Amino acid sequence: MKKIFWIVWLFLTLCLLLFWGYKVIVSKDKSQLLIGEGSHGHYQIEMSCESCHTSSFSSKEDLQLACVNCHGDELKLVDDTHPRSKFTDPRNADRTAVLDARFCVTCHTEHQKEYTLDMGLTIPGDFCFHCHQDIAEERPSHKNLEYDTCASAGCHNFHDNTALYEDFLLKHANEPAQKPGALLFDLVAAKVELMASNKKASLTAKNQNMPNGVDALYDKALVERATHEWDGSAHANAGVNCLDCHSEGGEEGERDTQIKWVAKPDHLICANCHVNQAEGFYAGKHGMRVSPYLEVQQTPLKPKMSTLAFKDSSLQLEHGCNACHGAHAYDINEAAVDGCLVCHDDEHSRNYKSSTHYSLWQQELKGELESGQGVSCASCHMPRKKIIENGKTLVQVEHNQNAYYQPNEKMVRPVCMHCHGLGFVLDSLADKVLIEKNFHGSPGLHVPSIDWALFRENIQGETNENN
Amino acid sequence: MKITKLSIPVLLSFMMLGCGEKEQLGIDPQVYTDSLFAVMNADRANYTKLVVKRLGPEGSGAINPNEHWKEVENGVPLPAQMFRAGAEKVGETTDTFSYSLQSLWPINKQNAPRTEKEVEGLQFIVDNPGQNFYATEKLGGKNYFTAVYADIAVSIACVACHNAHKDSPRTDFELDEVMGGVVIRVPLKN
Repeated sequence: MKKIFWIVWLFLTLCLLLFWGYKVIVSKDKSQLLIGEGSHGHYQIEMSCESCHTSSFSSKEDLQLACVNCHGDELKLVDDTHPRSKFTDPRNADRTAVLDARFCVTCHTEHQKEYTLDMGLTIPGDFCFHCHQDIAEERPSHKNLEYDTCASAGCHNFHDNTALYEDFLLKHANEPAQKPGALLFDLVAAKVELMASNKKASLTAKNQNMPNGVDALYDKALVERATHEWDGSAHANAGVNCLDCHSEGGEEGERDTQIKWVAKPDHLICANCHVNQAEGFYAGKHGMRVSPYLEVQQTPLKPKMSTLAFKDSSLQLEHGCNACHGAHAYDINEAAVDGCLVCHDDEHSRNYKSSTHYSLWQQELKGELESGQGVSCASCHMPRKKIIENGKTLVQVEHNQNAYYQPNEKMVRPVCMHCHGLGFVLDSLADKVLIEKNFHGSPGLHVPSIDWALFRENIQGETNENN
Repeated sequence: MKITKLSIPVLLSFMMLGCGEKEQLGIDPQVYTDSLFAVMNADRANYTKLVVKRLGPEGSGAINPNEHWKEVENGVPLPAQMFRAGAEKVGETTDTFSYSLQSLWPINKQNAPRTEKEVEGLQFIVDNPGQNFYATEKLGGKNYFTAVYADIAVSIACVACHNAHKDSPRTDFELDEVMGGVVIRVPLKN
């Protein structure tokens, strides 16, 4: 009896060893190895384990490097208020003993979705207390404030405070809710200028270079529709023909004989020309699964993978460039609203079409308003930004949907303040009900940041006068 | 057998050759921090003289040295901010030394002394003009050599800005006075 027991035990142990050995070493599906659900920011790439766990026994430093690889540039861009270098200084050793802010994972531990708060925070929200418990001595206005309100909208963020600096608050203290004559950056004008410098001649339907024989693979009506949509598109106007996207291999002039026809060009084809846009796409939640920078590329993101509210009809849609832009027509206006609403079905999204922003957008599309006066989904969530390349100022769309998303103060400078005064913006972004209503109405909350900054400034002014 | 008998004393004598020898020493920490400070001070003086004064409002006016330099057109960091930016960059690059610009009267409270030796050192350089402060201290379980060098108000711009700043706890600085100190810290073998 005892012998049989040991044989069974040995057999089961071997089976387990073989199973887990196969999972760890051979299998591409490592889902059984996950120790918990990923956060809203990382579940997309949780099966690309090596992207964060860069070696079998990754140290804390290795993990830190992986965090910085993806998030480092953004932190530098926003002048991270708490950079790592602040905490590697030995003078702060007593602080890091309590809260080791040298490592991202101290506050953002992964695979603990059930404990994960907004911003991917996995420690109690009153963490500011550890270092700033004497803040009321320096700022009497902060006396009796709870430490879990430090990061309330319109007050402070741990990393990005670019819209909340005291001097910035003062500079924009007296702005009106609505800035007269406000305009967003004009993408169309910028694009026309870009195309004017393009050497390729514009193309029309009669110039299309779909190879002989390939059209037979498709329904005739489909080819005609695709050609019609392409004719007059930005691609056709810029001289971009069928084979520029639908081909692999072959040199110019010999494509008819040597090319391999690509029926459905993916994001990598688009990235050949739209470099910055692709970089943004890969950096955001929409494109991170297919990022070429991932150690193990994943299948494209589908709405069904997310816990956000999406339309049932969209759950199986794959998120590539064409998911928003469609194929062939590449109508940026369609991408800017319909591209989003095809999938997103949360209250904020559903209320967009009854908002003032949408009304302005409709008027712009009808030509009743100037270009840049309407506000689409993309105006706020994928805003246009000015960049300087080779001495030329370009206007491009930020395709990283998260670049100006959370915390929402990230939107203050590059988005909201194009049209609205700072005070109105801070109040609006702090009002969760107003956000749900897609900003239709007025803020029902008031953030006192500007008032406090003005109060301190006035006291200082009086002190200087008395001196 | 003979070989074994012979090899034991030979081996022992080889082992004893090392005894009594002095341990190989690296650079003296004080020489190291003095040298680092010399470079920092030279770079800061040169940035002030060759860039800020030459191209700023006192010179050609091509640049705008400003506390909020990212917010203004042609803005560049003030010399003290440039110095801090260097310290941050070093902090990202190495842990073989660290440095910071501190003061007993800081505009930003985070730049006030935090350790006992920092407090002692900053007071020492105020009380003993022309002298540096050196000490060792234990922080986070590690031993450090800590040096503090005086940061003197070399320009009227430094004095005027600190005296007028709303967050400055002191408003009576004078030219050539000690406004703060550069604290350089080097880890020692425990």
